[in-house]
Amino acid sequence: MDVQTLTYLFVGASFALYIGIAIWSRAASTGEFYVAGGGVHPVANGMATAADWMSAASFISMAGIIAFMGYDGTVYLMGWTGGYVMLALLLAPYLRKFGEFTVPDFIGARYYSNAARVVAVICLVVISFTYVAGQMRGVGIVFSQFLNVPILWGVVIGMAVVFFYAVLGGMKGITYTQVAQYCVLIFAYLVPAIFISLLITGIPVPQFGLGAEVSDGSGLTVLEKLDRSLVELGFGPYTDGSKGMVDVLAITLALMIGTAGLPHVIVRFFTVPKVSDARLSAGYALLFIALLYTTAPAVGAFARLNFIDTVHETAYEDVAGWFRRWEDIGLIGWVDKNADGAIQYAPGAAFAGTPEFTGERGPAGQRELANAPTQAANEVYVDRDIMVLANPEIAALPGWVIALVAAGGLAAALSTAAGLLLVISASVSHDLIRKTLARGISDRQELLYARIAAATAILIAGYLGINPPAFVAQVVAFAFGLAAASLFPAILLGIFHKNANKEGAIAGMIVGLVFTFSYIVYFKFVAPEANNAGHWWFGISPEGIGVVGAALNFATALIVSRYTPGVPVAVKSLVESIRIPAGVERPHMH
Amino acid sequence: MTDREQSGPDTQRRYWRANLKLMGLLLAIWFTVSFGFGILLAEPLNQFRFFGFKLGFWWAQQGSIYVFVILIFVYAAAMRRLDRKFGVGDRGPDD
Repeated sequence: MDVQTLTYLFVGASFALYIGIAIWSRAASTGEFYVAGGGVHPVANGMATAADWMSAASFISMAGIIAFMGYDGTVYLMGWTGGYVMLALLLAPYLRKFGEFTVPDFIGARYYSNAARVVAVICLVVISFTYVAGQMRGVGIVFSQFLNVPILWGVVIGMAVVFFYAVLGGMKGITYTQVAQYCVLIFAYLVPAIFISLLITGIPVPQFGLGAEVSDGSGLTVLEKLDRSLVELGFGPYTDGSKGMVDVLAITLALMIGTAGLPHVIVRFFTVPKVSDARLSAGYALLFIALLYTTAPAVGAFARLNFIDTVHETAYEDVAGWFRRWEDIGLIGWVDKNADGAIQYAPGAAFAGTPEFTGERGPAGQRELANAPTQAANEVYVDRDIMVLANPEIAALPGWVIALVAAGGLAAALSTAAGLLLVISASVSHDLIRKTLARGISDRQELLYARIAAATAILIAGYLGINPPAFVAQVVAFAFGLAAASLFPAILLGIFHKNANKEGAIAGMIVGLVFTFSYIVYFKFVAPEANNAGHWWFGISPEGIGVVGAALNFATALIVSRYTPGVPVAVKSLVESIRIPAGVERPHMH
Repeated sequence: MTDREQSGPDTQRRYWRANLKLMGLLLAIWFTVSFGFGILLAEPLNQFRFFGFKLGFWWAQQGSIYVFVILIFVYAAAMRRLDRKFGVGDRGPDD
């Protein structure tokens, strides 16, 4: 069978599995729709959390980013895993004991205020839509590359599948689908990584292969060879950093706090039966995540090594088929600056911007570019996102591995999209409609609103996936920065500081949100030319500014709480009660 | 159940203190391996080799993540003991 047929087969079979699970686990009540009835086993919840958390960005983009950033890619590895330690120690057990459905639920009850609840809903919706647009885009890319389906239809098919199991199954359907999706995606990630590790080092465990000797008789380890080749080409060494120390610390911490403050991650810990299960489940979640996150640096390093080997100083006529296929869809571009017919790879951009093709073919058969070439010796443009998808082809692995990667990429994107859509729909139907606008509606009516909200959110997400705003990559900084600066401090103070009051929390969230939002918008959109270390405050880039936003949020909340009326006695005893596990209940209606 | 503390008015306060102490210790380790070994001390540590890796690089891209996983499981287990000791757990006596 050819790769195309295999891919249809793998993707089709995985979709059939997801839909089958959705039908089997339909949600019948709001409790099941929002938090799966609070009855999910901690291991199953750990897998579901891992699939929920690992998005198209983790599966498709991260190894590519590490491949091209080397040590600097560390901020993503530690930032996106370290947050789980904070989540497990500081938030998850207490929120589970609180025992309601959503993050705004907690903020609304703890700060005895519907205004605080609405501010939390706004933060949540902004954060989640930012995220979901990227997922739908990922679905579109996988479909167009592997199945020759236009991006539009790829997104529509993805929407239909998510619609089916998110709207029907709610959290219960999503949870069990995500367990299956985790298995698909981790298998799809590990198989090519193991193959490539074997090919390059002869060691089947990529985590060890990364430190091992290359089996080409040179006696160099993978990282030594990579450092040496890159320095020869004029790059800095792979294992050394190039960012400022303060910025690296800030970005890592912002990603950690942001992770712990992301609503679709937090809400997963509402689904387990007991407080002790919430702690344990966070451990399983990170274990399952770590399996991919400790493999990614190996995949990145192997990919960079392979890329240099197969591309640099190779005549375009002899270059491997994948190079041309990715050139055909515009994610690779080559401009023959010295007219020698061979590809030279060096530091710096080959030309300004992303490739714009003239439609003509050059003398070697390459697609001619309309972009103005730069002075740099580098002749190739390569989109970082293709490294994981192209890796099996670059390493010439069998067709079924390539088909598997396509199914894995889709599993990663769909599972995250579904989790995000669910928190959006829950906060709209539960917090906005039931708790704020139309009090006293029945459970059945609320469930209907939840389904309508989920369906609407899917349509908006699909639209954003088909017509992505030009700044999709940049808005990722938004999601983490905003989560770090708005929700995380409010939740943390709510648990650990009994005297944090409504005025303090609302003021803190608004200050954190507005500051972070303005800083990012200023450097990304208003004055992008000033977006460099010389102009940043304290040398902190927009990616890391959430840390400063969070600090401002904490400071504001503490100061305002001190000079405004105290916290009601009933709320203080609520805080007392969430601090001990005894007496935990399944989520119920009020 | 011989190690269970007498439940009194300040049981909850002592349980919370013990919890905060444990949390402080684990977060100190969390900070040391990630921000300490992986970032602040990465350069000096890179002079040492560890299974073919520069040591600072290994902490940044591998070691810290392993420690994160262990920390959460240690916290979950230690808290279950504390829950039981202070009699504030969410499990019945048979669990």
